[in-house]
Amino acid sequence: MGFLSNLINGISLGSIYAVIALGYTMVYGIAKMLNFAHGDVIMIGGYFVYLSSSKLLHLPPVLSVLIAMVACTILGITIEKIAYKPLRKATSLAVLITAIGVSYFLQNIALVIFGANPVTFTSVVSIPAIKLFDGQIVISGETSVAIVVSILVVIGLSLFIKKTKTGKAMLAVSEDKGAAQLMGINVNKTISITFAIGSALAAIAGALYCSAYPILQNTTGAMPGIKAFTAAVFGGIGSIPGAMIGGILIGVIEILGRAYISTQLADAIVFAVLILILMFKPTGILGKKMVEKV
Amino acid sequence: MAMLEVRDLNVFFGVIQAIKNISFDVNQGEVVALIGANGAGKTTTLHTVTGLLPAASGKITLDGKDLAKVPAHKIVSMGMAHVPEGRRVFASLSVYDNLKLGAFTRKDKKEIEDSLEMVFESFPRLKERRNQVAGTLSGGEQQMLAMGRALMSKPRIILMDEPSMGLSPLYVTEIFEIIKKIKSEGTTVLLVEQNANMALQVADRAYVLETGKIIMDGNASDLMNDERVRKAYLGA
Ligand SMILES: Nc1ncnc2c1ncn2[C@@H]1O[C@H](COP(=O)(O)OP(=O)(O)OP(=O)(O)O)[C@@H](O)[C@H]1O
Ligand SMILES: [Mg+2]
Repeated sequence: MGFLSNLINGISLGSIYAVIALGYTMVYGIAKMLNFAHGDVIMIGGYFVYLSSSKLLHLPPVLSVLIAMVACTILGITIEKIAYKPLRKATSLAVLITAIGVSYFLQNIALVIFGANPVTFTSVVSIPAIKLFDGQIVISGETSVAIVVSILVVIGLSLFIKKTKTGKAMLAVSEDKGAAQLMGINVNKTISITFAIGSALAAIAGALYCSAYPILQNTTGAMPGIKAFTAAVFGGIGSIPGAMIGGILIGVIEILGRAYISTQLADAIVFAVLILILMFKPTGILGKKMVEKV
Repeated sequence: MAMLEVRDLNVFFGVIQAIKNISFDVNQGEVVALIGANGAGKTTTLHTVTGLLPAASGKITLDGKDLAKVPAHKIVSMGMAHVPEGRRVFASLSVYDNLKLGAFTRKDKKEIEDSLEMVFESFPRLKERRNQVAGTLSGGEQQMLAMGRALMSKPRIILMDEPSMGLSPLYVTEIFEIIKKIKSEGTTVLLVEQNANMALQVADRAYVLETGKIIMDGNASDLMNDERVRKAYLGA
């Protein structure tokens, strides 16, 4: 029973990682860059939920999350315009260093505005816990909501990409920017939309993550960010189902590692598994080789 | 005024000059061939015309409109389509989705369906394989898809970069039949080819490009009988 309970918690944490990993993987697929500031957008999202639901406005949770999504969307588009767009022709190393710079910038802005003391985040989830097997397994509202929301996000995103014109334009840009432009697709606009979607998802992830681990401070996004990045690489960066599978696996490995191996080593185990996977399958579980074209 | 006018065009890759002060015209309704050996600068020329590469200097106009400030993604809605070298179909998308992307900038839903029917009529093989993923098509089928995708934009002028490259003789004949059909429907064509023999058969006029310079131009039939052209490009 303990195992099942841990497994469910792992899947739930992994679902949150999956939602974050989707942002990494979409931006990588389309802009061919690793947006290391993505994790910090989660933290900003967390603060927006905190401010609008408990600290300042006392709005209902769903509305607070929507506000955070709008705020993070604007933030994501702005970051892309100011920091990354001027580097479209730069080396990937220059872009990577810029992304790390943006990450520290966001952390420090949050430090200036919200201070160094962590705040206690009030969960956005109010549905009751589910009790199974006469109460031997208790699944908290946060746990089940994280799983359901991430499933909805993946389905929604997949439908968007497969069924809409904008979604197909995104696929075209991810495959071949030059050919996409010949079709009349505005590559810059498509990249902007990708950042917008990724950042809105980060806000959702921020609300879910802070509800499960209710301590919010300026570095809150760093660890889930890096683990979600790991998940994206693990699943095969650029692949949406890969991000989902990678996220859940990372969550499960982390929680089971913590429960059965060592609390201190849980994070190290996660990264050790990543290294192992990449040794045997460098493109990740569902990754495919990408051919770059002018 | 010619439909497409290129004047004193210069293009560089770093310090290397790939295009050296070339000028040429494509008139409404013509098929113009641009022939030349590997590395002559044919692809570079087409990429610069549709804005995928920047020109260092020179002027390119379409219907008299200067293209210097027009971004690549605005070109197709001005009536100019480009079938790029190596086909560059969207491999992970279906034949149908590739064709629909060809009509990306068009809003007229009903007419897009008509164009699709016309493309399927010209390329029955694409119709049979409309749900197949483009990456799994044969080379010849991919070439047809690339041409069909360009036609989906309802272009007035279409640039084609070595449509016959790597194809078996049967496919080559088929592709050139289609080019004739495109011309007969009134669409203007700028055709880049290494297969000079075939190109000169369908073209009205041609330019010969050698290491970034236009060294000869004239009526296709005259060039076909020109001793230097026959020696260098027709293997005669
Ligand atoms: N991205 C690039 N960077 C540097 N040099 C380039 C680049 N693309 C093309 N070149 C050079 O520019 C010249 C013209 O190349 P281009 O591709 O236009 O030739 P082409 O006539 O199309 O040849 P082919 O028949 O082989 O396709 C060549 O010398 C080529 O090496
Ligand atoms: Mg070429």
